Amino acid sequence: MALQSLDIRRRSATTTPAPMVRDGATPDVAKLIDTTKCIGCKACQAACMEWNDLRDDIGKNTGVYDNPLDLSGQSWTVMRFAEYENEKGDLEWLIRKDGCMHCEDPGCLKACPAPGAIVQYANGIVDFHEENCIGCGYCIAGCPFNVPRISKKDQKAYKCTLCSDRVAVGLEPACVKTCPTGAITFGTKERMQSDAAERVEQLKTRGFANAGLYDPAGVGGTHVMYVLHHADRPGLYSGLPADPKVSPLVRVWKGATKPLALGALVLAAVFGFVNYVRTGPKEVEPEDELAAQREKEQIHG
Amino acid sequence: MTNHWVDIKNADLVLIMGGNAAECHPCGYKWVEEAKAHRKAKLIVVDPRFTRSAAMADLYVPIRAGTDIAFLGGVMNYLLANDAIHHDYVANYTDFSFIVREDFAFNEGLYSGYDPAKHKYDKSSWDYERGEDGFVKADPTLQHPRCVYNLLKQHYSRYTPELVEKICGSPKDKFLEACKLIAATSSPTSAMTIMYALGWTQHSIGSQIIRAGAMLQLLLGNIGVAGGGMNALRGHSNIQGLTDLGLMSNLLTGYLTLPNQAEQDYATYLTPRAQKPLRPNQMSYWQNYGRFYVSLMKAWWGNAATAENSWCYDYLPKLDKTYDMLQVYELMGSGKMNGYICQGFNPIASSPHKAKMTASFSKLKFLVVMDPLATETAEFWNHYDEYNEVDPSTIETEVFRLPTSCFAEEDGALVSSGRWLQWHWKGAEPPGEAKTDIEIMAALYMRLRDLYKAEGGAFPDPIVNLAWPYARPGHPTAEELAKEYSGKALADVMDPKDPTKVIRKAGEQLAGFAELRDDGSTSCGCWIYSGAWSEAGNLMARRDNSDPSGIGQTRNWAWAWPANRRVLYNRASCDVNGKPFNPALKLISWNGKTWGGVDVPDFKADEDPAGGMGPFIMTPEGVARFFARGGMSDGPFPEHYEPFETPLGYNPLWGKGKGQVQNPAARIFDDDRKALGQADAFPHVATTYRLTEHFHFWTKHVRIAAILQPQQFVEIGEALAKEIGVKAGDNVKVSSKRGQIKAVAVVTKRIKPLTIDGRTVHTVGVPIHWGFKGVARAGYLANTLTPFVGDANTQTPEFKAFLVKVERA
Amino acid sequence: MADKSHGPDLILRHEPRDRVLHWLIVIAFVGAAASGMALFHPALYWLSNLLGGGRWSVILHPFVGIAMMLFWVPFARMAWSENRLQPYDRRWLSQIGDVVANRDDRLPDIGKYNAGQKLLYYVMVACMIVLLLSGIVIWRRYFAASFPIGVVRLAGVAHAVAAFVLVLGIVVHVSAAVWVKGSISSMMGGKVTPGWAWKHHRLWFRERIRSQGTR
Repeated sequence: MALQSLDIRRRSATTTPAPMVRDGATPDVAKLIDTTKCIGCKACQAACMEWNDLRDDIGKNTGVYDNPLDLSGQSWTVMRFAEYENEKGDLEWLIRKDGCMHCEDPGCLKACPAPGAIVQYANGIVDFHEENCIGCGYCIAGCPFNVPRISKKDQKAYKCTLCSDRVAVGLEPACVKTCPTGAITFGTKERMQSDAAERVEQLKTRGFANAGLYDPAGVGGTHVMYVLHHADRPGLYSGLPADPKVSPLVRVWKGATKPLALGALVLAAVFGFVNYVRTGPKEVEPEDELAAQREKEQIHG
Repeated sequence: MTNHWVDIKNADLVLIMGGNAAECHPCGYKWVEEAKAHRKAKLIVVDPRFTRSAAMADLYVPIRAGTDIAFLGGVMNYLLANDAIHHDYVANYTDFSFIVREDFAFNEGLYSGYDPAKHKYDKSSWDYERGEDGFVKADPTLQHPRCVYNLLKQHYSRYTPELVEKICGSPKDKFLEACKLIAATSSPTSAMTIMYALGWTQHSIGSQIIRAGAMLQLLLGNIGVAGGGMNALRGHSNIQGLTDLGLMSNLLTGYLTLPNQAEQDYATYLTPRAQKPLRPNQMSYWQNYGRFYVSLMKAWWGNAATAENSWCYDYLPKLDKTYDMLQVYELMGSGKMNGYICQGFNPIASSPHKAKMTASFSKLKFLVVMDPLATETAEFWNHYDEYNEVDPSTIETEVFRLPTSCFAEEDGALVSSGRWLQWHWKGAEPPGEAKTDIEIMAALYMRLRDLYKAEGGAFPDPIVNLAWPYARPGHPTAEELAKEYSGKALADVMDPKDPTKVIRKAGEQLAGFAELRDDGSTSCGCWIYSGAWSEAGNLMARRDNSDPSGIGQTRNWAWAWPANRRVLYNRASCDVNGKPFNPALKLISWNGKTWGGVDVPDFKADEDPAGGMGPFIMTPEGVARFFARGGMSDGPFPEHYEPFETPLGYNPLWGKGKGQVQNPAARIFDDDRKALGQADAFPHVATTYRLTEHFHFWTKHVRIAAILQPQQFVEIGEALAKEIGVKAGDNVKVSSKRGQIKAVAVVTKRIKPLTIDGRTVHTVGVPIHWGFKGVARAGYLANTLTPFVGDANTQTPEFKAFLVKVERA
Repeated sequence: MADKSHGPDLILRHEPRDRVLHWLIVIAFVGAAASGMALFHPALYWLSNLLGGGRWSVILHPFVGIAMMLFWVPFARMAWSENRLQPYDRRWLSQIGDVVANRDDRLPDIGKYNAGQKLLYYVMVACMIVLLLSGIVIWRRYFAASFPIGVVRLAGVAHAVAAFVLVLGIVVHVSAAVWVKGSISSMMGGKVTPGWAWKHHRLWFRERIRSQGTR
């Protein structure tokens, strides 16, 4: 979704600097999802549908509470439910609101070949501008969290915008506004980190010795962070990656190798041209024809 | 709720039992998280299923559906045995010391006075002994063997942790862990709140489960204090308002009751209701019953209500029996009721035993459905695949559908669980030809009145004399009705202490029920709402959330009944001298002259505590009752009885073939007894409930809610799934003696098999939300399965514990 | 100097069918390469305009690639036997400096294709297989969702690497074709002069002459 009112820090497939006059002055924002306060009510999913005017298909029950079962072009956030029996034999129902993490170092943006289809705003929000999206799906491969989805309707990529349109006018994201237990909060990243630190201390006194903040360094930190009871094992939360990184394959594919490869191609062409100019064309000379004629005659007697 | 939602943040311990607040009351549940975060409160959840609430709990204890009294009785036994009770509180504010009549008895599960033919008790022996002064006899030393304390102790001494485990299947260590946490709140500076809902109500012993919870809170001194209380989480927006305004078949407004057949004159009606104090210097506030009644009659019949006609007493129906919903459908089925107006209610979906319901509705001559939605009830006659297999050609019922507006399309007040009347404003115009319920009722009334005026009839007076003072008779407004139930002076109202002083001029809105009179000079449609719309205006519309109390007593936010009081029985938060037990959470206190604080005192404002007036001013004793006297239909102490469909066939309290198995006074009709299943054919315990994604049978009509939970499912544990060869996502058939449904199986670790008296009992979760109308995938009505059995006191159906068989579909 | 009008009898180097296939491959390659390279580096994004913009490039690229494959398979089968490496190819390769410097007289006699062409052939075989397989994996519209994300990522890299190698090969191929006069016309008209054949592919020349019989 295009939004002019926030300045842009990064722009996909663009080799020149993005407009960034406001960069540095705009504080980084973050959404903090406290899984220890989340009751999995899906109000955030409903709010997301309402605000963004999204209506996914009425699906099926596949034997779990998760519905819609996965993210899609029309479901930008879903709750993931995991049943975990801890060391004491007690059950824990670990519920995680899944969606875009808004990485500081976004793999989707890195992978995107379409200029301006993915941007990062000065406040850190990573947003898709669907009018520039070409539907290649590289963002999916680029995302360490497996979040973007191509809509079956228009073949364009979609994901949570962190309600960049609301944030731009000083409102919190729709999911934050609706969360009944205060499990989702929003503010400057600094503030969210300090709130999280306070909450983590509380949790440690409540028997969660490994409680912690999920703000993975592998992607430069994220603008959507989790408070987890078991920060030592994020995988318990429906496969939240322990140490997400933009895949090395994606780095190879989309990183420095690209200009190098491009250079190699140009160099090859230039070499060919220069060599041509320097040595001249390989032409067949009359004497070659004569030699051929001689040989032909020899062969045929 | 005795307290209110925000006050839950003041709790040190939260017990969610018989409810699933995180799932079904997510917005109110946030206060539990506040208590956890800011008061280091602990949360205990006791439930047959590991629910969304359990996911948030510090301690989850599994329990077999329908055995809550055994659990709570076990906790009470633990508290009494370990003397973990609030001594000052129980000694002074409860009936602990009162002596019970000698002829009161309890044997093998039956209390004295049982009539097996009528399935009813004669409750006369369930009472205190009276002294020569007419007051109740008491033994403050608690030595008397028949004082309530000793009877209580004796009664619950049977409920040992071992027995609890045997009946409930709750592991002993978890049970004792819960007991320890609960016992800690017997400290005067520590409070537990109990949050419950229909998981306690919808049993044949539902009322007694709730009583057991209340007794537990009394033992701990947790009633009337901030962060404590018995907090019923109402299941519908404004269901609190429904009961407040007397929409139960035996109620008038404000919990006044309709007369019964024996009460043919006003004095006979009034005397037992306007009870005199049973102890010296007690308030017994119901002595004012006459003022509430007369003011109500003046609101309803205006000038026709006079002292001479006992304020239209003869206009009121005299009940020969309770006309609860089970009774009504029974009458319908036997052809004795042949017309039905169904307003904002979907009984085919919401009542037990769908087959019986369909048969009953098929015998109606006409059915009027007033609803914003196309409900299953309105379409009961129509064939919908396997979900509603009926033959329309055999059903002659004429169905009228009157589309109504929904709550968001009307002005008015909604009453929250915390008794707050919160005014709301219309958000949109109703679509199409939809009209408000008020407009439809007004039009209906005016036509009936005109017919009675023109044609007369057996007794037209109540209809033709009904006061109808609305500016546009066909369109009474929410404001007019609100002013009417809040009440006004019809003549100048005088100060009782100074009869020359006018405290309220004729025509003015009343400030509260203290201004009500029984001489016809005041009119008030619902005494507990009196003052909601005073001369200061519509107090329900206030939206000032400032909290100078610091403990969530936002007294200028909306208006709470009664008298804008936020915590009921708040006098009990202070000791006998009027000092708060817990000064940090002070609600009110005695300053030597008056009571005051951050709440409206639930007490006589200038009553010196030295006078010994008890804090429970609504009882004639002035104290809270452990011994219910005649207040309950099925016994003065809660006792464990098995659900009507028991997986055991006996009551483990007594053993096989012995003792009373089920509630002897529960509501059940003979035919419905035959429709009860046995454990050999239906071995699995089922319980019905709501999910957070849906609201009852409404939101399956809503696209977003349907996306979030699209298709009917049942929840079974992994062990049962393995036993019947089912994996998550397979279809299963769930059948009871009364019918069957098919649904997707959610196989989960959250439901564990329980070991009950040595045998394995599996629980099956049946969420209710699907049906054959709406945009979600069509499903079966869950109440196809449920039994037509009701609680002995409220007749609420036993939706929460019944027997089924689950198998592969 | 031979009289051009009665010039030497020309030798058929490329059958009509092969020439048609070759140029179809060229057209498909240009489409696939332009749309592919547009996504490869932002500096080449303008190439996406060839197929009607970025979105159209993404839509058409896989189909164009499949078309290229379809043309290429019979072409490659045709050329299979003539691209088997021979002992003299090694010598030819070792004298690549002479090739580049136009000192053709020092080179060994070779068959229809020189070692460079043969290597390009094998590179193309390898690249085309990799491109096809990886292309299917990353074909978002129909297939990508069916593969694990790790496989998709690997396929993305493989596709890019194969495409790079292929394009590099094609650059060499085109440079050589422009450089070696007579090559392009042979792919257009099918024939080369005996002198051309004698100079660049002497063994093939002799073979052709022998098989022609007397004139």
